[in-house]
Amino acid sequence: MPPEFVFKDTDRESRLIHRRILFTGGVILLLMVLLVSRIAYIQIVRHDHFTTLSQDNRVKILPVAPTRGLIYSRDGVLLAENQPSYNLELIPERINNLDRTIERLGQIVAIDQNDVDRFYDTLKRIRRFERVPLRLNLTDAEVARFAVRRHEFPGADVSARLKREYPLGELTSHVIGYVGRIDKNDQKRIDLANYSGTSHIGKTGVERSYEDQLHGKVGYEQVEVNAAGRVLRVLDRTPPVSGKNVRLTLDISLQRAAQEALSGRRGSIVAIDPRNGEVLAMVSNPGYDANLFVDGIRPAIYNALRDSPDRPLFNRALMGQYPPGSTLKPFVGLAGLEYDVRVPDTDTWCPGWFSLPNSSHRYRCWKKHGHGQMNLNEAIAQSCDVYFYSLANDLGIERMHEFLERFGFNKKSGIEIGPESDGNVPSRQWKKRVYGQPWYPGETVIAGIGQGAMLATPMQLASATAILANHGKVVTPHLLEETYDPVSGEVIKDYEPKESRIELTEPADWGRIEQAMRDVVHGDRGTARRIGQGADYEIAGKTGTAQVIGIAQGEEYDEETVLERHRDHALFVAYAPVEEPRLAVAIIVENGGSGSGTAAPMARAIFDHALMKTDD
Amino acid sequence: MNKFFAQRLHLDIWLVLGILALCILGLVTLYSASGESMEAVTRQAVRMAIAFAGMLVLAQLPPALLSRWSVWFYVFSLLLLALVLVMGEMAMGARRWLDLGPLTFQPSELLKIAVPMVLAGYFGHRTLPPNLYQVFLAAIVVLVPVGFIAVQPDLGTAVIVTVAGFTVLFMAGLSWRLMIGIALMGVAFLPVMWFYFMHDYQRNRVLTFLDPETDPLGTGYHIIQSTIAIGSGGLHGKGWLNGTQSHLDFLPERSTDFIFSVFSEEFGLMGVLVLVSLYLFIIARGLYIAARAQDTFGKLLAAGLTAIFFVYVFINIGMVSGQLPVVGVPLPLVSQGGTSMVTIMAAFGFMMSIHTHRRLLSH
Repeated sequence: MPPEFVFKDTDRESRLIHRRILFTGGVILLLMVLLVSRIAYIQIVRHDHFTTLSQDNRVKILPVAPTRGLIYSRDGVLLAENQPSYNLELIPERINNLDRTIERLGQIVAIDQNDVDRFYDTLKRIRRFERVPLRLNLTDAEVARFAVRRHEFPGADVSARLKREYPLGELTSHVIGYVGRIDKNDQKRIDLANYSGTSHIGKTGVERSYEDQLHGKVGYEQVEVNAAGRVLRVLDRTPPVSGKNVRLTLDISLQRAAQEALSGRRGSIVAIDPRNGEVLAMVSNPGYDANLFVDGIRPAIYNALRDSPDRPLFNRALMGQYPPGSTLKPFVGLAGLEYDVRVPDTDTWCPGWFSLPNSSHRYRCWKKHGHGQMNLNEAIAQSCDVYFYSLANDLGIERMHEFLERFGFNKKSGIEIGPESDGNVPSRQWKKRVYGQPWYPGETVIAGIGQGAMLATPMQLASATAILANHGKVVTPHLLEETYDPVSGEVIKDYEPKESRIELTEPADWGRIEQAMRDVVHGDRGTARRIGQGADYEIAGKTGTAQVIGIAQGEEYDEETVLERHRDHALFVAYAPVEEPRLAVAIIVENGGSGSGTAAPMARAIFDHALMKTDD
Repeated sequence: MNKFFAQRLHLDIWLVLGILALCILGLVTLYSASGESMEAVTRQAVRMAIAFAGMLVLAQLPPALLSRWSVWFYVFSLLLLALVLVMGEMAMGARRWLDLGPLTFQPSELLKIAVPMVLAGYFGHRTLPPNLYQVFLAAIVVLVPVGFIAVQPDLGTAVIVTVAGFTVLFMAGLSWRLMIGIALMGVAFLPVMWFYFMHDYQRNRVLTFLDPETDPLGTGYHIIQSTIAIGSGGLHGKGWLNGTQSHLDFLPERSTDFIFSVFSEEFGLMGVLVLVSLYLFIIARGLYIAARAQDTFGKLLAAGLTAIFFVYVFINIGMVSGQLPVVGVPLPLVSQGGTSMVTIMAAFGFMMSIHTHRRLLSH
């Protein structure tokens, strides 16, 4: 378009626009008056009509909570179920004198001070016209007594709901976790519409990780209610879709055997199938009764659990970070072969101590007078510390760090439930980052026997042991076998294994380490030879004893004199049968004394249970 | 003194007072509608503060700059809108959102401002009234984004953008004859819209609007329950926090689109009159600013933005009281939510800029 040169008559344009603004203002005013007149008509002329409608507003849409999926073990034992329970609930806005009503209700059903406290506590956090539970788990007799006199208590009602129960209590608490009332934090991670009828949500463990599958889909009921909000009849119903059942890889009989092996001690046992990463047992002892948490745990009980020195709420299997001690030696030994720092048959002299060049500090072997000449096989079988001090010193911390990380140390195992610790494999960078200090050669030396800043969780140890059993195949430990539809039985989701491999330049090295671990149990001088006796299958294992307190130069550790809490942790990692491994275990007994004396026999009991059972 | 201070900040004291009054009413109502959640109220107050700060910033931009940049702003907004169609986030069957990491936003909101601004910029440099060619060009400028928005689909926004554009065109002196022609064409186009462009749920909304009783528990449920809430409020209302319709969960979307129903149930007709007067006051002030603006660009833009504000109010109150189909438009400054709040405050920011950046005329 060519540029226009028309004289712009600003005054004329202004007048035009002003006329139009005035016109628009008029139109707006007119439309608003119309809008408001209609509202005035509704609110004044038809007020009585709508008041009536609002007063007996009968049709309400109520959400219907889906039934939560059940959790089974691989051997078909029910681990989490839903039990019907009756609760007495109040709608505070419908009650004139709350205290008086509660007092009168107390004459019909048993109500103690705890119930009243919890009621008023819940009351503070709840929306208007919402139902607040006063008494949970009414007995049948109480339900009947209330039903007879219900008309005397407007705003009070008994509701039937399904309560989550964990029949095995402590045995599974650290795996299954528990459900609890939905709180503000939970609301951020859920679709509120789908949870509109649901009061509880998975808080920890499998209940939390598989919440989406277990929960199901909310349904709706169109109900007729009276002015007091009481449901008179159901007009229409969209049924909820039940949650999916979950079958876990956990073998309850093995879990029980592991717990019994640990009984009375603090510690953890993890057993996984090295072929596929299925977790067959995962025990953290002591556990706690998950049922206590479902309806809100009483503060006194919770404080007692939280403050107990045995730390029952702490999931040692995933969160416990322990120095792996000598159980790390097979991995360090393998690193020595991989990096050509050691040749299998070359000996190292063990005089009972090791010193760095130009240093007088003596790193002692557990065997006071030394092992003498040791090759790699003997050093693992007899757990010679000096061999590994020297090996670690030759490897250097960076290569150890790199190699151990390939076995899953220093990172989460990837199991579905959490929280999980990373453990720690120290390095120069780590020391710089965390302490702002340089790395000292002495730290490399003690890292070689799994002490110092080296930390691992029982789950990491079990999964690293599985890699040894697999000669390099890496499997992610997992708990889910499948989820399936409770009605049709149709399998919804299988676990999809993620596999990778650790490739060694010399694959025969796997066999060398395996032979050494076999000799730990079956060799003449193996540290765990006692558990090898009379076994119908071969076990490859490694004992470990981790220091809890430092022993000063020249002093001796005497089990009798140190405090129980300062005694060494006992560790054992193993897999069996050696030919065709079906089970890899990691055992940690806190302050258990020695790995060979305390932890190794537990492994034997577990292997016997798992491997002999299939034979009968 | 006060006035001088406001002038320095490029604020219009009357608009600010009106906005603050509405915001306070909004927070009070939200407290009730959200089931007495102080958290919801606090979050909304924070949104208000952020939007207000945005308004303060925009008010500093001189109108001449707005006029110069209007074309680029329009093109930029249109590009983002096109991007939404290609890679936007789906939510409730509509593709409106653009995901920018921590933020998601609706480019269609930008068009509510960009369309009147670019038209005001265009006509500001032309002789008025516009000729047929200019009207045709303006129609394209309006209809291209409206088309994009309508296919998202977002009927409410499409209507608002159309009205904003049309208002500027009207202010610029569109001849009455052309206007009637366009209106007739629109009416003729309605059946085409109905059969070819509207989604099922949109047709349902219009049908239930015409006769809510046909579907008392589906789409009509909202309208019926909302009307009951308003009607049962009466002259004086049931009192703050005492609305049974909202607290007993009969009212849907009660803290967002249907907050007017909560307000009328609890404060009655008296409350409604106060609320509507506040809106009318702001609209009147907007038109006054348009009339007093120094150049054509300022007049046209201020009028267009005021029209947007009015359309928000009109559609929202109309739909919750059963007088218009439900199209999902919030009640400005009162409904919970940040998106429309930012747009509306931005519009006020531009209006204040027009009013307070005055070149001195020698007399």
